[in-house]
Amino acid sequence: MPESKIAMTVREPKGDVRIIDIAGELTSFSEPVLAEAYEDADRPGVKTVLLNFSDLDYMNSGGIGLLVTTLIRAQRKSQALGAFGLTDHYRQIFELTRLDEAIGIYDDEQSALKGS
Amino acid sequence: MVSKDDKANWSPPKPHLEVGSAPEGVNAKRVQGRRLTGPQQGFGQLWQKTYKVAISQKTPEQVIATWKAEYGRFWPSHSKFYAPVTGIQPGEVGLIKSTSGPVPLSTGVLVLYSDDVSFCYMTPEGHPFAGFITFSSHVEDPVGTMAQVQLLIRANDPAYEAGMMLFGSKAEDRMWEHTLRSLADYLGSSSPVDTKVVRVDQKRIWKNFNNLKYNGALPWARRSKGPATPPR
Repeated sequence: MPESKIAMTVREPKGDVRIIDIAGELTSFSEPVLAEAYEDADRPGVKTVLLNFSDLDYMNSGGIGLLVTTLIRAQRKSQALGAFGLTDHYRQIFELTRLDEAIGIYDDEQSALKGS
Repeated sequence: MVSKDDKANWSPPKPHLEVGSAPEGVNAKRVQGRRLTGPQQGFGQLWQKTYKVAISQKTPEQVIATWKAEYGRFWPSHSKFYAPVTGIQPGEVGLIKSTSGPVPLSTGVLVLYSDDVSFCYMTPEGHPFAGFITFSSHVEDPVGTMAQVQLLIRANDPAYEAGMMLFGSKAEDRMWEHTLRSLADYLGSSSPVDTKVVRVDQKRIWKNFNNLKYNGALPWARRSKGPATPPR
């Protein structure tokens, strides 16, 4: 498999919320990196996982598919999945693919935390 | 990392699909004006199906260029894909006519995304599946270039879900295995097709039960001129 050009780190801004900071290119080859980050974020008591796209360089349709499978993972754990830091372009892609109907979209981290 | 400008790779916003002229014998009414359906707008269990074949003689760019240019050629004879006049370009709609199931099917897909090494379709209301079909090519060590089709789909409504369980899923596998086999033959590879099927979500989305009203294979929907209401 081609090397994934992405890095993800997990933060704990509130007891029941985790943020996954995404930097780089989100494609289907990012699957192991996102799976590991989600596993790290998925601690007992966590009710919301927020994806921070502020440092996203690029996302293709494989990346969108990956977000769908991540959403299912969150739903299985009864966790809400949210996103913030999307450019207008990627916000439009979320709307086009109707991902915005299942993943809460916020302008920034502050509003995401308020909404979670 | 370098930021890529990928805006041209994605379809522009499409609240409703618009079909230009339809080839004779294709019912574009099953696509015209319909909304797109992602996996979360479908009804059935969510499946990720991956089919791939080695085509080591070509680069990923060559594989995808050929696939886009000759897309319909690789389909089985019972199904026909009418590519957009401008080719497989983001935002264009391709129409499909198939007689593989018990009822002839007319539907279509939107070209959601396209670049040099991949392209992706998204399905509309009334299509048997809700989701994405991604065609891609990449290099795997030590084999070399691979061509891949990956589906992330739910059956769009309860009738299609029943059909999927009875025969549709296997038929889908056969169709994409045939497509990859044909593509590989065309590009000079005799490697076998590898199939991997994963059930991502076993739950059905019951709030989308009413997607039945778009199902052109059902009598009450076929008779109507537009989206119909199923019998209560």
